Amino acid sequence: MSTPNGVMVRTAPAERGRRKSTLWPTLRAIYIIWYRDVLRYWRDRARLVASLAQPLLFLIVFGTGLSSALSGAGGGLGGAAGAAAGLTYTQFIFPGIIGMSVLFSAIFASMSIVWDREFGFLKEVLVAPIDRSAVAIGKSLGGATQAMVQGLILLILAPVIGVKLTLGSVVALLPLVFVLAFALSSMGVAIASRMRSMQGFQVVINFLMMPMFFLSGALFPLSGLPVWMTVLTRLDPAAYGMDPLRRVVLGGAGLPSFALDRMGLTLFDTVLPIVVEAAILLGFGIVMLAIAVRNFRVRD
Amino acid sequence: MNDQLAISVRDLAKSFGPVEAVRGIDLEVRPGEIFGFLGPNGAGKSTTINILCTLMRATSGTACVAGIDVDHDPAAVRSRIGLVFQDPSLDQQLTARENLEFHAFVYDVPASIRKQRIAEVLEMVELTDRADSVVMTYSGGMRRRLEIARGMLHTPDVLFLDEPTIGLDPQTRRHIWGYLGELPKRAGVTIFMTTHYMDEAEYCDRIAIIDHGRIQAIGTPDELKKMVGGDVVSITTSDNVAALPQIEAIAGSTPIADNGTLRVEVPDGAGFVPRLVRETTVEVTSVAFRRPSLDDVFLKLTGRAIREEEAGSTDMMRMMGRAWMGRGRR
Repeated sequence: MSTPNGVMVRTAPAERGRRKSTLWPTLRAIYIIWYRDVLRYWRDRARLVASLAQPLLFLIVFGTGLSSALSGAGGGLGGAAGAAAGLTYTQFIFPGIIGMSVLFSAIFASMSIVWDREFGFLKEVLVAPIDRSAVAIGKSLGGATQAMVQGLILLILAPVIGVKLTLGSVVALLPLVFVLAFALSSMGVAIASRMRSMQGFQVVINFLMMPMFFLSGALFPLSGLPVWMTVLTRLDPAAYGMDPLRRVVLGGAGLPSFALDRMGLTLFDTVLPIVVEAAILLGFGIVMLAIAVRNFRVRD
Repeated sequence: MNDQLAISVRDLAKSFGPVEAVRGIDLEVRPGEIFGFLGPNGAGKSTTINILCTLMRATSGTACVAGIDVDHDPAAVRSRIGLVFQDPSLDQQLTARENLEFHAFVYDVPASIRKQRIAEVLEMVELTDRADSVVMTYSGGMRRRLEIARGMLHTPDVLFLDEPTIGLDPQTRRHIWGYLGELPKRAGVTIFMTTHYMDEAEYCDRIAIIDHGRIQAIGTPDELKKMVGGDVVSITTSDNVAALPQIEAIAGSTPIADNGTLRVEVPDGAGFVPRLVRETTVEVTSVAFRRPSLDDVFLKLTGRAIREEEAGSTDMMRMMGRAWMGRGRR
């Protein structure tokens, strides 16, 4: 808990000094808005457990099923490279499913803004004497935190799937998962800030969340695709988050880098370094957050 | 502009496209007053209160709250007002204490007194023993009380309440009014509230009656009732159409037909009734007279009553909406 330094509420309104004194209250407001989201998330443990069901289905049922089918057909993942490295399909999609969990959780968490609007709590936040940017930033970070936990929690399945985790790969994952969670959560907040009812929610899921998931490379490598699909996958921000996760997780597990490059994300036939991918994603997140801030600042 | 006033509004107007919701309002509210804003749905009450709370911007005119121009420095105004909205705005998944902590934090209540203030306001609305229950388990009246407590937490200069008792049963409404009535004395706050319940307006020190975006009258409940003058006589006859001109001739003022009853103001009800019975040719089936109420004032000023059915149906919709959303959550 931080302690507020001033007692600016009770004193007369400062006419000039207001601009420079907004930073601290804004930071404090971001903190409390973030804290509320995390508190609600933590309290709703049923949801926490239930949200593990979908990734588990993908990994165990879908992964095992497709692994068998692919090996029966004699194919391999990432062509011969994956097969040569002894990679099963389940292992291949494991990082992708972590990304999927982050993607879904981030969108769902940011949609709580629409709930708040419908249940009235948003009004309590919007009339508070705080800068509206704090609402957007606090919500975005709150959603990102939840999405991060939802994604990272799946790492406990790594031994079951046969993916070896190293301390280095886990440490490297933290910032990468955060950037992905932050970018998607900011996108969700930007959308939710314009949504006035829950009706639009279904549209967001069907026309945004699912396409983003399928085009992200979570379930198949993004190389050797038809041109139209290659273009779409490169336009999917989530793709820039999935690839680093795969490189770090499977790289840490001992997959040779030539195999990783073979299935990696390319732009104009160049394999993108992880740092560039993360930077693209971060830039996308910041633009989305700026849109969200602007949307929240609008007053009738 | 006078710094002593809690609220001062000059020539305030707000249009939504071609619709003029508020058409030039002037009013002044003194510190420590309970000021009621009375009018039917769609009269411009909520629009006015939203402008005063900085949630909307006026099309023209000025408004100052606690001496600060709402358009000039909305953030400063927000830190000095408390708000209780028409619809609940609590986080139902948090406890009462957590809701108050959130509020204390965003309103910058100093950490040193935060705990104590929260305890005080909980005590004020008698929710101390339920402070750590999740709000979802609260009744409608308890939620309202908690919202009032929250509105008072940061010791605002002005507390705004938009239809604070809408959708509550009469007993709970009286209970809520027990707290509200004491607030100016206990906490030195000014209360500005809207309502369409006539009986609630009686609790106010002063009332403004608003209709079609304009203030029709402003004054204490007694002053407003004196505008009606004398007694209000309600008459039903076998033929109201035929009776109307006759009653007009006897009373010297035009009766208003309201729901099958003719209502007329006379200086002296007791003397009027025998004359009415003697001089009309139409059969009088019932007659009653009473001191004027705020309903009569409203009827006189606007030519129609604020009907309870009208209020009733919106309340009903609201409650259904809540019940539905409450279900959706679980």
